[in-house]
Amino acid sequence: MSKLVPIPSNSFIPERDLDKVPILEAKRLGITFGGLKAVEDFNLTIGRTEIAGLIGPNGAGKTTVFNLLTKVYQPTTGTILLDGKDTAGMNTAQVNHAGIARTFQNIRLFSALSVEDNVKIGLHNEIGSGMWSDIFRLPRHWKSEKIAHERALELLSIFHMQDMANKQAGSLPYGAQRRLEIVRALATNPSILLLDEPAAGMNPSETSELMDNIRSIRDTFQIAVLLIEHDMSLVMGICEGICVLNYGRVIAKGEPDEIKNNPTVIEAYLGKKGAK
Amino acid sequence: MKKLSRNAKSNAVTYAIVVAFFVVMTVLSSTGHLSNSLTGQLIPICVYICMAVSLNLTVGILGELSLGHAGFMSVGAFSGVIVAMSLQSAISSGPVRLILAILVGAIMAAVVGVLVGVPVLRLRGDYLAIVTLAFGEIIKNIINNLYVGYDANGLHIRLLRVLPKTELTDGFLIINGPQGATGITKLSTFPAGILLVLFTLFVVLNLIQSRSGRAIMAIRDNRIAAESVGINITKYKLMAFVVSAALAGMAGALYAMNFTGVAATKFDFNTSILVLVFVVLGGMGNIRGSIIAAAILYTLPELLRAVNDYRMLFYAIVLIVVMLVTNNPTMKAGLAAVGTALKGVFMKTVPVPEEGGDGDE
Repeated sequence: MSKLVPIPSNSFIPERDLDKVPILEAKRLGITFGGLKAVEDFNLTIGRTEIAGLIGPNGAGKTTVFNLLTKVYQPTTGTILLDGKDTAGMNTAQVNHAGIARTFQNIRLFSALSVEDNVKIGLHNEIGSGMWSDIFRLPRHWKSEKIAHERALELLSIFHMQDMANKQAGSLPYGAQRRLEIVRALATNPSILLLDEPAAGMNPSETSELMDNIRSIRDTFQIAVLLIEHDMSLVMGICEGICVLNYGRVIAKGEPDEIKNNPTVIEAYLGKKGAK
Repeated sequence: MKKLSRNAKSNAVTYAIVVAFFVVMTVLSSTGHLSNSLTGQLIPICVYICMAVSLNLTVGILGELSLGHAGFMSVGAFSGVIVAMSLQSAISSGPVRLILAILVGAIMAAVVGVLVGVPVLRLRGDYLAIVTLAFGEIIKNIINNLYVGYDANGLHIRLLRVLPKTELTDGFLIINGPQGATGITKLSTFPAGILLVLFTLFVVLNLIQSRSGRAIMAIRDNRIAAESVGINITKYKLMAFVVSAALAGMAGALYAMNFTGVAATKFDFNTSILVLVFVVLGGMGNIRGSIIAAAILYTLPELLRAVNDYRMLFYAIVLIVVMLVTNNPTMKAGLAAVGTALKGVFMKTVPVPEEGGDGDE
């Protein structure tokens, strides 16, 4: 792991990514629902190959940040720069095309379709033939189907899921569904992967395997990863930079060790525990 | 590759069913075993199979309820009639005129499909259903007030104003307002109907089992996830809707060319619902189911003519039984035991997505 270094926009990125344009830069991002400021003044910079964590007590606005970054919600204020380019005016599909892929907290697979088809849908913009060659089965259709099939199995093999390719996605065990979502997101060839609670519902050994997987995905695809997670062993284990959110505001940023000992963070979490 | 061959096998069975139906019916009618009324229904059966399969693309595969499918059928029917009748002197070959009529019917229905689809597909669920219902009624009323004539000077088209025959120099009326189209030369044949069914199946099955079809089903299963992997929702919704409309237009042209006269009131809300019943009972997203449901449910009232007074009663009972069987696991199991043939047809229903919509995080 390389050291985090501070950069002018009140953020940190890993030393090795310092001389490159950050993959994601959120500036003064905010959204209001009615009178409620769900996220306010959110600033975050992520290096090109950084694994970053977004943590905070329940209801802090972590998933809302993901929804803002992927334009499921249009931000009320602020800008998002993806690879230096402003994503204003883009919709979710266009943002994905530009390089952000995500998974969901409540799994959103195409559950009636097969595992392989789920990955192929992820490959939609990567490999493809048009409607006419699909309907009339022109050579282009067969060629792209073949490539898509091979690529899908290759991606599934990251999680050793190639044997499940013909199963119905909805019938998979919970952990496998979470992994399939990651594969599907990876299929879109992103430059940053947003994972919303990837370890939810996994046991400790599955979690540690997932940590290895996330690291190897970062290394093989050379992409950045931003993850939301409540499992502190995972967050502290693989994240280089951590951003802590509470009541829609960033309360701390830094390396895992700093965050662990930050009194504001401890208070935010302990306050939650005390209320239970 | 296993997946591909499984699809190919299932498609082959579907095509084989249609071809077998054709062979059996041809043999029965040539040996005189088919009643006159049933022979007369062979072409409408093909038409309704095409309608059901094409509607299944919108309702079962795209997952949007459309209640105006007869509207597209109507557009195809009347534009087909106009083409066939105005080319009567120019092209003597019947089959060529039929093909041209079907093609123009498809194109016109597709154009209307785009015009309707662009605004309508912004809506979802019940709202979309209501708007498509209104669209069907609008089309019906427009054609009810449409007057089209043909003479040496070409086509005369009038809306809301009667076109008297005297205004045409040595010509004839094609569409005469509420009376509809009259004096159509019967061009449709049973083999043509079967070919259209096969073509419809070819288009729909190939579309479903491809990149475009996967995108359409992804939108049905989870719109937010589909967007998140970069699928252009509007494009693929419109694609499914327009292909479905074009195929309905083809069916409409074939239908109109089977009678000497056809009126716009034929393509009303009841027809849309009838086709929807075929789709729902055949199984949403189950193409083979749509074929069989359309064929059986369309012929049923005719077969029950012997018990004329009670035939709607029997029809209703059949509908209720099919509904129960397709929804009840116990009855499904019982039926599966009775016949594996029936099982293949009725149990491959694609589950409808459980959640109602979007943004429910």
